Amino acid sequence: MTTTHAEPVHGGLPHEPEKATAEGRNKVLAFWLFLGGEAVLFGTLFATFLALRNQTNEGPTANELFHLPLVAAATFFLLVSSLTSVFAIQAMHRNRPALLRNWLLVTVMLGLCFLGLEIYEFSEYVRHEKFGMTTSAFSSAFYTLVGFHGAHVAFGILWISLLIGQLARKGLTVVTAPKIYVSAMYWHFIDVVWVFIFTVVYLLGKVG
Amino acid sequence: MDWITTVDHKKIAILYLWAGGLFFGIGGIEALLIRWQLIKPMNDFLDAQTFNELITMHGTTMIFLGVMPVIFALMNAVIPLQIGARDVAFPFLNALGFWTFLFGGLLLNLSWVMGGAPDAGWTSYTPLSTSAYSGTHGVDFYTIGLQIAGLGTLIGGINFLATIITMRAPGMSYMRMPMFAWATFITSAIILFAFPAITVGLVLLTFDRILGANFFEPGAGGSPVLWQHIFWIFGHPEVYILILPAFGIISEVIPTFARKRLFGYSSMVFATILIAFLGFMVWAHHMFTTGLGPVANALFAVSTMLIAVPTGIKIFNWLFTMWGGSVRFTTPNLFASGFIPTFTMGGVTGVMLASAPADFQFHDTYFVVAHFHYVIVGGLVMGLFAGLHYWWPKMFGRMLSETLGKWTFWTFITGFHLTFFVQHFLGLMGMQRRVFTYLPNQHFDTLNLVSTIGAGLMGVGTLIFLANIVITSRNPMDADDDPWEDGRTLEWSIPSPPPEYNFKQTPLVRGLDALWKEKTAGNKGMTPAEPVGSIHMPSATPLPFIMSVGIFIAGFGFMFSRDNFSSGFVSFLFNNYIVTGLGLLITFGAMLMRSLYDDHGWHIEPEELEGR
Ligand code: HEM
Ligand SMILES: [Cu+2]
Repeated sequence: MTTTHAEPVHGGLPHEPEKATAEGRNKVLAFWLFLGGEAVLFGTLFATFLALRNQTNEGPTANELFHLPLVAAATFFLLVSSLTSVFAIQAMHRNRPALLRNWLLVTVMLGLCFLGLEIYEFSEYVRHEKFGMTTSAFSSAFYTLVGFHGAHVAFGILWISLLIGQLARKGLTVVTAPKIYVSAMYWHFIDVVWVFIFTVVYLLGKVG
Repeated sequence: MDWITTVDHKKIAILYLWAGGLFFGIGGIEALLIRWQLIKPMNDFLDAQTFNELITMHGTTMIFLGVMPVIFALMNAVIPLQIGARDVAFPFLNALGFWTFLFGGLLLNLSWVMGGAPDAGWTSYTPLSTSAYSGTHGVDFYTIGLQIAGLGTLIGGINFLATIITMRAPGMSYMRMPMFAWATFITSAIILFAFPAITVGLVLLTFDRILGANFFEPGAGGSPVLWQHIFWIFGHPEVYILILPAFGIISEVIPTFARKRLFGYSSMVFATILIAFLGFMVWAHHMFTTGLGPVANALFAVSTMLIAVPTGIKIFNWLFTMWGGSVRFTTPNLFASGFIPTFTMGGVTGVMLASAPADFQFHDTYFVVAHFHYVIVGGLVMGLFAGLHYWWPKMFGRMLSETLGKWTFWTFITGFHLTFFVQHFLGLMGMQRRVFTYLPNQHFDTLNLVSTIGAGLMGVGTLIFLANIVITSRNPMDADDDPWEDGRTLEWSIPSPPPEYNFKQTPLVRGLDALWKEKTAGNKGMTPAEPVGSIHMPSATPLPFIMSVGIFIAGFGFMFSRDNFSSGFVSFLFNNYIVTGLGLLITFGAMLMRSLYDDHGWHIEPEELEGR
């Protein structure tokens, strides 16, 4: 109890550095709780979308709008980025900061690709399909749900980039490790949410 | 400055208390204005618009900015002490939660001086709350102010969950945890799962109003009933966020002053969990008259009535605790004892409302107003008074005056029943809620007069409480460690007010009611679980405050982003989201600072501990 804060461990990290200190364990636990709240948040957005997905107000319908190849490419980028963030955590557990940094960089790059495709997709809809926030209840629900997820991705990219910077300055310690671990949890979470979006919004929109 | 940078949970408790008290005062004045308008038929003291703003702000202020912070104040003051912890899990986040709450509340209340308060009721039903029917910025203040304040609540909830899960003293198993700690634990879980729903609801409404989205716009395919679902999926659990802490307080106060252990402790724990669970299944009982159909209504009616079972268990357990105890009616215990019948009456009218066919008659009448004031004022506010009088010596090191406390109790409870008991009959006779006046000679006149007089009396009771605080705050600190002499839980084993590190040595818990257990074994205090050692403390920091200021500015900028100002330059700043961006920059900048500069805190060394 008396030394809850962390000193960098000299000569080798503990096996799971993110759980080596009470602060680290608290952080991981609290982040699980936070993700519980985030699940309700996205759950509510999904429910809203499902309630309004056919309310197109004579604007474009999901079937007219979506191009699955584009969405599939975005999905691919995001799924792979989840994999690379697993590699990053593995590198962390093996105490190899340089490898960790490289995998984090790859993750960020893949996230950027995803985000780029999404921005391209949205701008296509707005410019060529006259499909904006105000078009219909469906459009509002679409942009809000998918946009919220996109904003989460953007935040994640920013966050992990900052952590890469921190890693360079402070090295891999029992202070930085929990942060990296938690950001990976976050990244997996938004990936899982995307799987639902892909199914509920895009696949169901094309077929249902 | 000390107060702005503090991360000490005991000081944050006091901040919550003052801020909550301030908003309570505002909400109280709003209530008195409402009652003054209704004192006689065809009164022209207020116009209809002002009246709508007053009832909206009264409800919103009381629930989100009045009672919730006072609950958080008590939790912050007591929970780490009760579980034998030196601190909360995240002192920094704790401070951040407070400041976002405060700035959200301030933003909401700025609406009074910035062109109109929200006027669509505290439930903000669409389409009443869409720009078509509510043209001022009022509802924008509501959506954005509550959003910011809600962020603070969510942060607080996560912090308490983590604190209770990880920071309990050795030997403090879950089934040895005091009931108030249990209530806090479950309440925080409800916050975690209910608040994100309203977060989304508020975003959608904001988008409808500011970005022209169509969620609730039937003309473009939107659905007004969607709002009701989202609101009540949050809103019904919210009433348990309010009442469970009060249950927790009552479960602490009654055993202390009955000198008996709480009857049926484990059934109390499970009743609390069950209530929280069922609380999520019953939201549509607020929507019986919306037209969901008989099947939905029947299901929600039955699930609602089920909640009466665990609630009943609790009430009987309190009565059995008092039964045969040597009961002392101190002020806290007066409030706790007064809580039981008043809350029960609210529960009974709740079951009446839960009968869907009957609700078609009661809905939107003063009967509903009477019901929820019996549970919220007769239940929660009485519980808060009990808790404040009970823990005041621990928080401030000073005893409140018992004489003034008894005066507070009797004026308050008399005023309360005068105000709200008659409203049941007003409702049954057909007086609608949320109307700004009524015609004479419908049998409404006398009862409304009585109700207004009662409200005045409650105001007097509150003033006596304030006087009590002011008068006793001039006394020297006089509270012992265990001022009620029969304290049962860990907070009474350390000095009043507690030192900043709470426990010099973490105590070893050997049973339920840990301190009582030691007392009955003939020990003078708790047995320590560790030798005296250096104690690690977190450093004070202004960053939570700065982050909240940033969010405040960003919210403000977003709200006015579509406005034309007389000055072209101001318009330019707002319309291009420059103000919003600036606010976000401040917040993110503060977050960056936080991550760049590691703060290892500081230590209190053993010599220093002994010196005090
Ligand atoms: C046995 C327990 C309870 C039952 C069966 C119950 C039932 C109900 C029902 C059916 C309504 C809807 C009435 C209508 O709008 O027509 C209602 C309204 C309300 N209840 Fe309860 N209730 C219970 C306990 C509580 C508690 C503990 C609280 C708060 C601490 C509470 C606060 C409220 C509020 C604020 C409203 C009015 C909401 C509005 O503005 O429309 N209730 N209750
Ligand atoms: Cu309810």
